[in-house]
Amino acid sequence: MTSTFLGMPGTVSMMGYSGKEGFPDNAAKAVRNSQLRFNLRKATGTIRERRASVVAELPDWQGLRQAGKAIKDHTLRDLDAYLVQLEEAVTEAGGHVHWARDAAEANRIVTGLVKATGETQVVKVKSMATQEIGLNEALHDAGITAYETDLAELIVQLGDDWPSHILVPAIHRNRSEIREIFVRHMAEWGRPAPETLTDDPAALAEAARLHLRERFLSTKVAISGANFMIAETGTLVVLESEGNGRMCLTLPETLISVVGIEKLLPTWRDLEVFLQLLPRSSTGERMNPYTSMWTGATEGQEFHLVLLDNGRTDVLADKVGRQALRCIRCSACLNVCPVYERAGGHAYGSVYPGPIGAILTPQLRGMGTELDRSLPFASSLCGACYEVCPVAIDIPTVLVELRARARHGVAERAGMAAAGWVFKRSGRLARAQRMGGRMRRLVPKRLPGPLGGWTDTRDVPAIPKESFRDWWTRTDGGNR
Amino acid sequence: MNARDVILARVRAATEGAPPVEIPRDYRGPAPASQTASPELAELVADRIRHYKADVHVVDEAGVAAVVAEALAGRGAGRFVVPEGFPREWLPPEGFEWVGDEPELTASDLDAVDGIVTTCAVAVAETGTIVLDAGPGQGRRALTLVPDFHLCVVRPEQVVAGVPDAVARLDPARPLTWISGPSATSDIELNRVEGVHGPRTLVVVLVR
Repeated sequence: MTSTFLGMPGTVSMMGYSGKEGFPDNAAKAVRNSQLRFNLRKATGTIRERRASVVAELPDWQGLRQAGKAIKDHTLRDLDAYLVQLEEAVTEAGGHVHWARDAAEANRIVTGLVKATGETQVVKVKSMATQEIGLNEALHDAGITAYETDLAELIVQLGDDWPSHILVPAIHRNRSEIREIFVRHMAEWGRPAPETLTDDPAALAEAARLHLRERFLSTKVAISGANFMIAETGTLVVLESEGNGRMCLTLPETLISVVGIEKLLPTWRDLEVFLQLLPRSSTGERMNPYTSMWTGATEGQEFHLVLLDNGRTDVLADKVGRQALRCIRCSACLNVCPVYERAGGHAYGSVYPGPIGAILTPQLRGMGTELDRSLPFASSLCGACYEVCPVAIDIPTVLVELRARARHGVAERAGMAAAGWVFKRSGRLARAQRMGGRMRRLVPKRLPGPLGGWTDTRDVPAIPKESFRDWWTRTDGGNR
Repeated sequence: MNARDVILARVRAATEGAPPVEIPRDYRGPAPASQTASPELAELVADRIRHYKADVHVVDEAGVAAVVAEALAGRGAGRFVVPEGFPREWLPPEGFEWVGDEPELTASDLDAVDGIVTTCAVAVAETGTIVLDAGPGQGRRALTLVPDFHLCVVRPEQVVAGVPDAVARLDPARPLTWISGPSATSDIELNRVEGVHGPRTLVVVLVR
């Protein structure tokens, strides 16, 4: 389990952060970047408002949410049967199904499929699963160039950057930074940006349209993920905004979709729930501009589905943590999280940032590095993430559970052992309290040595002159 | 063991002893057939599609051709794709060149036309969505994707209240495209900007 690769291994440095450093160090660096803080505050503020208003519009939101949660739990419990059913339905409809235990196997399968077509270029629709397995890098090593076509992914790819948000990977960039990236780097990847490009969002979108147009019309192989797969019918579903998804899903001769095994829904009807939950939770719209649904080989296309485990079955085995597999990657939890809003996505060192990342990454990747051990602590446990989650993942509870499993520091363990010894006998507690009361003026505001870690973020509580029990005995319950 | 068997065995081991889960469906399901095609729905769907900055026209059946002529003329009198099965009486009698998809148009051909007119399978009032299922009058998925202009005519009986109604009416064996407004992105500072890779202009003609 510790070998599961999530796109950003601890040894690779990214954006000046290294996986060896924990979340607190990464976050401390990020909050010193005032441009980043400004961009994040603006973007998350906008989306929070939009989400709240379209969710409030539906009188049955909580009913949909409970149904969404139950459908996912139901699917996960019988995942083996539903996976087999899906495989049959996709095969029946002319598609080919492949199974990948881990990132390396998935990359091997996809690389082989692309090579079999004889092509050296592929277009890609934004997909968390392929980012998770580092597919672009694997393709690159095999001499195949993968072109990201989602606007935000394009910004990230052109800027040689890392995604920092599930839905809007370039959320950390503002319009003038995006203009700068387009002007400097578009020519390296194809059609250069117009010379007169301004930082007007409509002009930037137009530049992306022109840059990718020819590529869409001529590329023969596309790679996608999927938001949902329907076991009953073998249908795959992709929600998107720009039309780059439709371009990739429709025009190329060969389509390869890499999808995590947890993306399954049992029946066609279940979409009536998720097509309401997802757009409203993620972009805060009643419906996203485009949703494509296809079953097997469609309109003469060659279709391959790669089912990906890559640590998911480990998460499934965890009775508390398995609820993280309900996640539909809407990113509502990122947008409401006070920690994410300030630290940004890069500090989490994973393609899955924010509250969901703080529980998903250490479960998928294990807690072998300083970074992964620190992720469950990247939260104030305020619970806002749980409240907005469309499939009711109780993120705070999983965080607390994972915290208990993280290896704690020597000072903390010694402190807890000492506290346990004192609390065990009432006589010991009374003596300790009296000693504390006498020495209370000598206790510094910040504790020395390894105990300082505790007071870095807290004040030492004021120690009372005497304990309640002593006061009661001395005054006979206040009568003397 | 091959990868398939390993993954299935891992799943079985991981879920062993987990209790069965009932699915509560305490939300608004599909409305009874009698409640569709009401004037309220017609008003709602127009309103919701407009919200996405699409052009919406509400007309009587007899007036469709005139509205189509006006909308297409706004693009310059040019060449428009008309898929097999699109009602001829909805097309203006003259002034435009109609292009069929027989033999199949290439992506470059589609890039060179001025637009496309289609029907749809279903329209969802609550979300302002039209759904195409490659049926008569709609054609292949690429037809409504590559051209920069898409005009869609919706008949009143195709308008349903919400997403559950649409899901119940649609056939998953067909390729489906749900369209809610023109192509857009929220990737720049999370503001919706219309017009990226799909048609930048969407015109919806709702028949009364």
